[in-house]
Amino acid sequence: MAVDKNMNVLIVDDYNTMLRIIKNLLKQLGFNNVDEATDGTMALEKIKAKKYGLVISDWNMEPMSGLELLKQVRGSNDNNYMNVPFIMVTAESKTENVIMAKQAGVNNYIVKPFNAETLKTKIAAVLGDF
Amino acid sequence: MAESGKDAYGRDQVVKIINSVLQKVESGDDGRTAIFRELKQLQKIIDDARAELGAARAGDINSKHIPTATDELDAVVAATADATGTIMDACDIIGDKAGEVGGANGDAITAAVTSIYEACSFQDITGQRITKVVTTLRTIEDKVSKLVAVLSDKLPIEMQVGEEEDKRVGDERLKNGPQMAGEAISQADIDKLLSDFS
Repeated sequence: MAVDKNMNVLIVDDYNTMLRIIKNLLKQLGFNNVDEATDGTMALEKIKAKKYGLVISDWNMEPMSGLELLKQVRGSNDNNYMNVPFIMVTAESKTENVIMAKQAGVNNYIVKPFNAETLKTKIAAVLGDF
Repeated sequence: MAESGKDAYGRDQVVKIINSVLQKVESGDDGRTAIFRELKQLQKIIDDARAELGAARAGDINSKHIPTATDELDAVVAATADATGTIMDACDIIGDKAGEVGGANGDAITAAVTSIYEACSFQDITGQRITKVVTTLRTIEDKVSKLVAVLSDKLPIEMQVGEEEDKRVGDERLKNGPQMAGEAISQADIDKLLSDFS
């Protein structure tokens, strides 16, 4: 099935620079409906309020981390968003982090710094080729 | 008899003196003069240690040096964020123009702009590394506080108060690096200063 690039995408990071970078890279890939959140709590509110086709989140954020956000989403039992495709984009590069994210239900994991090609490849691995 | 210099204040020397005193007392040796001399020696070692600890100005670590370090690191994060924002603003303009150019040239420009965006993620990484440094500094600050508290309890230290004297001379005194916002004078101030002197 073709990827709907008009889908809503939520990006979550406490660094405005990173939000801007990811938003621009997504724009180049054809995803123009991109919302932003600066921590897990804000992101969860947005996820509950609007249907997203993809969530791209950092890990280290306060008060709610990306991992906690993922756990809240997957553990919600709300069919509107509990299975939303979720990609972690983070500087956390230890094996245990990847394992924990996978156990929590992450769909893919990108370690910072990353390039546009990596972002595209990882999104395609989750949503399908585009 | 203890020798002068750093060796006199070594832990081994202190233990040696204490053991010697205890030995004399236990053996019933009526060498009161020798015992008194060794106790005076011990007292001097303790007094000197107190003075040296006070002179080390351990309190400055938490009241001045660590706050200065963390302020400077915060300024680094802020400055790099500002600069990155400026770079990306310029990239937005270039990216838009690349769209107008179109064709192979437009694609090449877009690719170059993309590379710049990717490189700008350095600001995120450096920010996180600096956060780790600040956390480490706070840990050091906490441990120093505890150490000073323990020492003050066991060995009352005369903390030196007031600003530490700046012992730099000549050109070295003028090397203070970038100032924090609010402490630096502006270019306009400098221009006025220069014109006032001419």
